[in-house]
Amino acid sequence: MLELDGVSVYYGQLPAVREVSLSVPNGGILAVIGANGAGKSTLLKAIAGQLPIRAGRIVFDGKDVSRLPAYRRARLGISLVPEGRRLFKSLTVEENLLTALATRRKGPWSLEAVYDRFPLVAERRSRRAGDLSGGEQQATAIARALVANPELLLLDEVSLGLAPAIIGQIYASIPVILEQGTSILLVEQDVQQATRASHDVHCLLQGRTSLAGRDLDLADITRAYFGG
Amino acid sequence: MQYASAIVNGILLGGLYALFAAGLSFMFGVMRLVNLAHGALAVLSAYGALILVRAGFVSPLLALLVVVPAIAALGYVLQRFVLQRTLTESPLPSLLVTFGLSIIIENVLLLTMTANTQHLSLGGFEKSSFSLGGLQVGWLPLITLLVAIVALGAMSLVMGRTQFGRLVRAVSDDAPTVSLMGANPKHIYAIAAAIAFGLVAIAGVANGLRAGFDPPSGNAMLIYAFEAVIIGGLGSLWGTLLGAMILGVVQDLAAAIVDPSMGDLAGHIVFLIFLIFLPNGLIQRKVRL
Repeated sequence: MLELDGVSVYYGQLPAVREVSLSVPNGGILAVIGANGAGKSTLLKAIAGQLPIRAGRIVFDGKDVSRLPAYRRARLGISLVPEGRRLFKSLTVEENLLTALATRRKGPWSLEAVYDRFPLVAERRSRRAGDLSGGEQQATAIARALVANPELLLLDEVSLGLAPAIIGQIYASIPVILEQGTSILLVEQDVQQATRASHDVHCLLQGRTSLAGRDLDLADITRAYFGG
Repeated sequence: MQYASAIVNGILLGGLYALFAAGLSFMFGVMRLVNLAHGALAVLSAYGALILVRAGFVSPLLALLVVVPAIAALGYVLQRFVLQRTLTESPLPSLLVTFGLSIIIENVLLLTMTANTQHLSLGGFEKSSFSLGGLQVGWLPLITLLVAIVALGAMSLVMGRTQFGRLVRAVSDDAPTVSLMGANPKHIYAIAAAIAFGLVAIAGVANGLRAGFDPPSGNAMLIYAFEAVIIGGLGSLWGTLLGAMILGVVQDLAAAIVDPSMGDLAGHIVFLIFLIFLPNGLIQRKVRL
């Protein structure tokens, strides 16, 4: 489904992601964890096409998408739920969801299906997105990405700044999304949250892979997370 | 009666100014780009119609069918391949490039079309009028106002109701995120520019029918358009129409009451008063274009 092969991303002269290789299997899930500034969000932006990569290859569905602009990757089925949600604030919730139809992709996630799954979003459909609470915004951002009917959903720190109850609701939707055949690459600071959602974990430390594997020991992850 | 006539004519003149200003306001609303070549493009469109009429088109109105798509296409290409590169954090590059563009257009027109004042004609219809309760109302200004209202209404519908309109508003909120939704922001910008250029082409031809034009006459139009946009409120379509009407009425009233040469000055003064006391304009932007 998704293969990263020695991907490096730079901000000017500064390396943010260094030679990272990982893969997300078809219909599977992978959690990328790491501390603040480890390069997690940068990695997701590079996969979505919002940042250019300096070295390596990004292969999606057997196709090298490394040089494709973001909107072409979205049409191929890569949907990013960006850090900070990035809703269109002057548009209503429903209008936000409808923008994702620009990918012209068919699939299980019609507007109705998304509203069924996220009643919170359905309730707020005619509200302006700028007037929503943090949890409502996050749910809307995920709903918007789903309307694009992605093959691969990239989730960037969806729990950041939210109340535990809301985080629980949002994470509860992950198995449902996987059931529909969508693969997920999720970025998380919260190790417990990440390991609960995904058996496969990829740990980044200062832009490099510090640990990767399945059902890892928490002590090992902690070491890989903080270094040393 | 003289004042009533000035007010009615001023409102009608506002229709023309609104057509000028709508494109300027639209481009600013969508991509934060102030197009200083807006006036020059209007004049270019008028010359385009003139050339077509000389080449055998029966009427400037028929020429519109060619000029408007041509200028709109120019807008698409110019935005996609030139202006797009000037969209940075700083407004300066786009200001410089569009200013340069206006100078190029003006001088190419001077070289090829001479500095003589030109007119477009509808065989006398452009000067004809009808009487309404003792007031003389010109057909052309009335039709121009109606065209302006229809154009703004259509734009307002497209912006509010269609997927393209949603994407335009989304791109104005957050362009990088629009690309995550599978739409190319550069393409949306370029279509927005094409719409703005098409509107200014209509305005340029309408103005060519109303008054004479020469290559530098776009500068005055640019100023009127700016004033209408600021008075009405940046980015608000109907505010722009309102601002354009206020500007038209003030110009015509001052010309009728004080002196025919005072119209422009009065318009500028009212604009300055708005800038000082109501810098956000009459209709503050609730929904961005």
